[in-house]
Amino acid sequence: MTEIHIDIEEKVYPGAGGAQPHLAIKDLRISLHSGEFVCLVGPSGCGKTTLLNIVAGLDKDFHGEIRLLHGGKPKPLVGYVFQEPRLLPWRTVRENIELALPAAPDHEAVTLLLEALGLCQVEEKYPERLSLGMRRRVALARAFAIQPDLLLMDEPFVSLDAPAARRARRLLIDVWRERPHTVLFVTHDLREAIVLADRLLFLAPSPTSVIHQMKVPLTRKLRSDEQAVETFRHKLLSDYPAIRHLL
Amino acid sequence: MRSDLFYHAVSLIALLLLWQGAAVLFDTNLLPTPLTVARVLIAEIESGQLPYNLGVTLARLAVSFMLAMLLGTAIGIALGRHSRLDRFFDGWLIIFLNIPALVTIILCYVWFGLVEAAAILAVVFNKVPNVVVTLREGTRALDRNLLDMAQSYRFGQWKTLRHVIWPQLFPFIMAAARTGLALIWKIILVVELLGRSNGMGYQLHLFFQMFDVAGILAYTVAFIIVIQLIESALLKPLDRRARRWRR
Repeated sequence: MTEIHIDIEEKVYPGAGGAQPHLAIKDLRISLHSGEFVCLVGPSGCGKTTLLNIVAGLDKDFHGEIRLLHGGKPKPLVGYVFQEPRLLPWRTVRENIELALPAAPDHEAVTLLLEALGLCQVEEKYPERLSLGMRRRVALARAFAIQPDLLLMDEPFVSLDAPAARRARRLLIDVWRERPHTVLFVTHDLREAIVLADRLLFLAPSPTSVIHQMKVPLTRKLRSDEQAVETFRHKLLSDYPAIRHLL
Repeated sequence: MRSDLFYHAVSLIALLLLWQGAAVLFDTNLLPTPLTVARVLIAEIESGQLPYNLGVTLARLAVSFMLAMLLGTAIGIALGRHSRLDRFFDGWLIIFLNIPALVTIILCYVWFGLVEAAAILAVVFNKVPNVVVTLREGTRALDRNLLDMAQSYRFGQWKTLRHVIWPQLFPFIMAAARTGLALIWKIILVVELLGRSNGMGYQLHLFFQMFDVAGILAYTVAFIIVIQLIESALLKPLDRRARRWRR
């Protein structure tokens, strides 16, 4: 079980080549319960990716603290679906997934995942021979395959066509309900956020701050009903005009 | 479209005919016919002279090539990764790149005596700066995104080196190897001519003193064949293997 406390006092990008230093994040505090699915919703350039990189431990140049509480066990396993697929072009689809796994990969489990994502036909192909949508699905498979304690997702379904995105979302929810883990999901698509999240956090840019947060009151069952999602979205936008400006 | 082999064969025959024509036209010992050269070549092979000298040169080539590649790769990666180190040593690199090969050879012999180690060192010294420059470029071009991916999926050092860094550096190493081979072949003969009592360079020097053009040409032909063998039996397949993932 993985609980996360994000406390970023300040994140500044030094100005390169005479440019002004850019204050990206200031006084941002977010906590996620164990097993919670949280969506960060905000416009492009509001520091969402910066935030995920800090949580993932890739960016250590900031003031503040990220605490990942993991019930006494050592460091939690983190799955990160980047904005671009970031596959190794010189390794096949299957190799890309199995490389991310700890020693002695379970080939069976990977096969099941490939099947679920419709990638069985291409498992021996190199990523450059696949469409962008397929590469994205491989990146998803890689993140699911390691069975992460914490899953970070940075607009993972962008550029998937609508049916593929729907399938991927359903798979994500299935995987998550089967084996509860903490998810931090970044998107600028409010509809997607409502379908997926337990809790929504709305972020405003420069410096990044939480302007509003709320639990999504819809039951999981109700969320496959597009009408219900749409009604909730309209209500949300009319109740909180600030969010409308944001998106 | 005829195959490449056809064009190679025809152009080679054309060159031989041109040579034959010139030899007949001038009718002098200083330009023997291809047939004469072939006879000398066979005689030299049978006497064991040519295989011995070629073997000695090849051994020197192998040792100095390996040393230069190892050293140059290590330094190149270090400079590519640490910009302070790079800024400091860039000046040295430019100086070493521009020292004429003959100067290093002479200095090595003067300082270390006419011994094998001095000969090898001279060749290595001439080659290392080129490898450094190529590998520094390769290291600078490493994909930051993929390194981040490897870090967040906890590849560890060995996996990262083998699956993320090595495939990216490989084209640069191949480029350094190919230009390096061409350079070392040429320098090693001068090294042998100036300070060794065996090897191709020494033998060519003897032929020169006797104005034995047939001997010189026979050795040259043997030389070219060996280089081509190394190129097509070793370097090309390696190159092809490394490129198979490309579209």
